[in-house]
Amino acid sequence: MCMILSFVDKKLSNFNLFHKILFSIIVIFSFNSAKANGVEDSSKSDFVLEHVKDSYSWHIATLGHFHITIPLPIILYSANRGVEIFMSSNFYDSNHHSLDYLGYYLNEDGHVVSRDEVSFLNLSITKNVFYMLVSVLILLFLLIKNAKKIEAARYRSTTGFPLVLETLVLFVRDDIVMPNIGRNKYKRYMPYMLTMFFFIWLNNLLGLLPAAANVTGNISVSLVLAVFTFLVTNFNGTKSYWSHIFYTPGVPMWLLPIMIPVEIIGIFTKPIALTIRLFANITAGHIILLSIINLIFIMGNEYVGLISVPFGAFMLILKLLVAFLQAYIFTLLSSIYIGSAVSNDGH
Amino acid sequence: MDTLNSGYALLGAGVGAGIVALGAGLGIGKIGSSAMEAIARQPEAAGKIQTAMIIAAALIEGVSLFGVLICLMIATK
Repeated sequence: MCMILSFVDKKLSNFNLFHKILFSIIVIFSFNSAKANGVEDSSKSDFVLEHVKDSYSWHIATLGHFHITIPLPIILYSANRGVEIFMSSNFYDSNHHSLDYLGYYLNEDGHVVSRDEVSFLNLSITKNVFYMLVSVLILLFLLIKNAKKIEAARYRSTTGFPLVLETLVLFVRDDIVMPNIGRNKYKRYMPYMLTMFFFIWLNNLLGLLPAAANVTGNISVSLVLAVFTFLVTNFNGTKSYWSHIFYTPGVPMWLLPIMIPVEIIGIFTKPIALTIRLFANITAGHIILLSIINLIFIMGNEYVGLISVPFGAFMLILKLLVAFLQAYIFTLLSSIYIGSAVSNDGH
Repeated sequence: MDTLNSGYALLGAGVGAGIVALGAGLGIGKIGSSAMEAIARQPEAAGKIQTAMIIAAALIEGVSLFGVLICLMIATK
């Protein structure tokens, strides 16, 4: 016992030494940078949020003073002016200064605003929408092509990518959907669950690429995904599910005025929790990763890269895991909610 | 005065994020340790325990992410 303790102690002291060195390096660097640039430049910290947010053009890279940007179409509908479609590049001149176009302009937050205060519906293909459409095409192409291959090799084993896909589909079926929805009813929900799983996973992974849009880290996207689960759960609710909400069996009559509101709130907190979980996980991951890399520019010292680049690489690998885990958890919780709504055993 | 106030807001966001991390770490650590013990006692139930562990961890994480979100909103406002 004593030996183990001393061993642990030794390990800890090593650990402490390592930490002391790391800490002193960071302190030295921060002092260096404080001397180098006394005035904090706010554009350096805006860089992080710019990458997380949605926008009307797809900014890929900046080389010196030259921006590589793909303009995306802006689609506006207003009652008196009808549908207006134009490219977002009309909002900027060649020197990247803001311009008015057809009475519309981009404000500081990057939203389209009308000069004449006309109310309009904004249906633009933004960066996120564009990226999502690309990911849907990739998903359709990969899944349909490989599903056909698996279908053709019905009684033989497949190899390569179709085999990987088959493993994933079986994982979703055997580990997520079947245990939670039940052996008799799971088949009906498999297409929905597989769509959710692959859509979220692929978009999480594509969001990790350089110059990528943050699709699943957009609260509207995750809200819509959660609302789908909400609708599927409540439209398939059995009699026993609804009776547990409006007349919980075994609860005394006088407790019902408290129980019913709590149960009704419970219906709505489930999709809200699903929304926030996916959105905050992905966005927080992006912000942490970008902040770590941004440390180099904030401190203005290239030697910070010796620490922040390996640490950023580590975070990126962690985010690969998180990308899978969030798709797994979203599908798992969806199937638990649906399973609780469609089961007949009274629970 | 305004810079002082926004400074306090940023301080609050930072301290809040730290407390959120503390709470979530305690909660998920407890789940992890219990799950480890349970798997050690009954290795054949490892799969089921893992699923239950991930669900419980996800619930705690959900609550802590609410906190993170509020800190983020303060910090970026």
